[in-house]
Amino acid sequence: MKVLVAIKRVVDYNVKVRVKADNSGVDLANVKMSMNPFCEIAVEEAVRLKEKGVATEIVVVAIGPSTAQEQLRTALALGADRAILVESAEDLTSLAVAKLLKAVVDKEQPQLVILGKQAIDSDNNQTGQMLAALSGYGQGTFASKVEISGDTVAVTREVDGGAQTVSLKLPAIVTTDLRLNEPRYASLPNIMKAKKKPLEVLTPEALGVSTASTNTTVKVEAPAARSAGIKVKSVAELVEKLKNEAKVL
Amino acid sequence: MTILVIAEHDNKVVAPATLNTVAAAAKIGGDIHVLVAGQNVDAVAEAAAKIAGVAKVRVADNGAYAHQLPENVAPLVAELGAGYSHILAAATSNGKNILPRVAAALDVDQISEIISVESADTFKRPIYAGNAIATVQSNASVKVITVRATGFDPVAAEGGSAAVEAVAAAHDAGTSSFVGEELAKSDRPELTAAKIVVSGGRGMQNGDNFKHLYALADKLGAAVGASRAAVDAGFVPNDMQVGQTGKIVAPQLYIAVGISGAIQHLAGMKDSKVIVAINKDEEAPIFQVADYGLVADLFEAVPALQQAL
Repeated sequence: MKVLVAIKRVVDYNVKVRVKADNSGVDLANVKMSMNPFCEIAVEEAVRLKEKGVATEIVVVAIGPSTAQEQLRTALALGADRAILVESAEDLTSLAVAKLLKAVVDKEQPQLVILGKQAIDSDNNQTGQMLAALSGYGQGTFASKVEISGDTVAVTREVDGGAQTVSLKLPAIVTTDLRLNEPRYASLPNIMKAKKKPLEVLTPEALGVSTASTNTTVKVEAPAARSAGIKVKSVAELVEKLKNEAKVL
Repeated sequence: MTILVIAEHDNKVVAPATLNTVAAAAKIGGDIHVLVAGQNVDAVAEAAAKIAGVAKVRVADNGAYAHQLPENVAPLVAELGAGYSHILAAATSNGKNILPRVAAALDVDQISEIISVESADTFKRPIYAGNAIATVQSNASVKVITVRATGFDPVAAEGGSAAVEAVAAAHDAGTSSFVGEELAKSDRPELTAAKIVVSGGRGMQNGDNFKHLYALADKLGAAVGASRAAVDAGFVPNDMQVGQTGKIVAPQLYIAVGISGAIQHLAGMKDSKVIVAINKDEEAPIFQVADYGLVADLFEAVPALQQAL
């Protein structure tokens, strides 16, 4: 079974981002970039499926600037077989990305597509669901467990009150939650080997996909700062402040 | 302008987040219709009709919608929603699961987790784990939006008298089926709706020690939350997680116990009115957002706090 994994290059999750002075966006110049943490989990799940003999080939795809090749190489070093970059310098919306992924799905015909549940930059949590809609496939979002048997996949999902399990006909779309697995690190020999694995570069035009958007970002601001708090010396002082100053008790 | 709000429910009661979503719809302006899709949802429809400001309740009662499977519900919402100016759902796990599928079916971009309405086509939403606020404008014919419940004060659950109308449309895509669910049981208030939240982190050391927080929470009538570290360590179930990838809360009082205050955790609670941090590390980042910080061993401070109340 062929598995397609979509990954995104994002600002590293440890970086505290700064809003640009002209409010046009977030300052990403000279900031450390990495693979989105949820995408790492998606790659790991695909590699585990291959190790179990369920998956035969893992194709990893990224949509973004040419520098996203770094993250594709990381995925190859983790165990993906080959990579596709759909190169676009623009900041694309989730719908545009889903349309591009749909074109890649049509081309590659995977049985399973794994994505992260959300990217930590835009925090949209849309692309997997949109890809599922466009392809007409079932969706197992926020997955904490994925089990394939025959032509179905059972996905245990993290929902507000606990966990829910659904069964989907393959091909299907799965988006990963944090507890699906613990991603591995790439070893140095595997990083070297990954440099020789195939990486195909495509463009939205070549895939015949329009990336036009109905949304415009008007401005980006820093959130309102909280006023500085105080340190109390004792539990008694804390209770007194909460009762008489903050009046929340 | 007519706005369609997707009711959040469990086939029995309307979830509180629906009231916040209706509040967001009221800020946009125009008639508000509520869609109740599920199975045997008469009681839900009746309750939805009483929500203040709702003009009409549309009810799709069908076995295919029983578990809110997006493969079946999204085509229904897309079909009904095409005639509306806006489609709104709460940014709950159901709303996040279904609505992007609706947006793609309508070929429009979605706006996720809005925290304010600037005008009928312009909204604010947090990005980068809440470290930036984006103002987004949509020129889509139907604006598809999820609403962060903590950004809007709920409308009254009583006082309305909307007409209830059945919807015939039934969609069963046949690509998915419900297998089962395991819901965590709790007598305490629901985390996202609680006025006071007491949360524990890695500093709790083990699951058994959460009993100190439960005792404190019961005294305060509070819900108990956790950081990702506490969930990953297996101290508590994951539906208690507060943060970028868990639940977003904005209570009157948030008490963070043994939580360092990573960016991802702050994203889930930094809009709380008053934040209290109890941590023995005085350099912990949580103290930078806390209104009241207490540098102390939590195993002494929490029981003492419970005594003092």
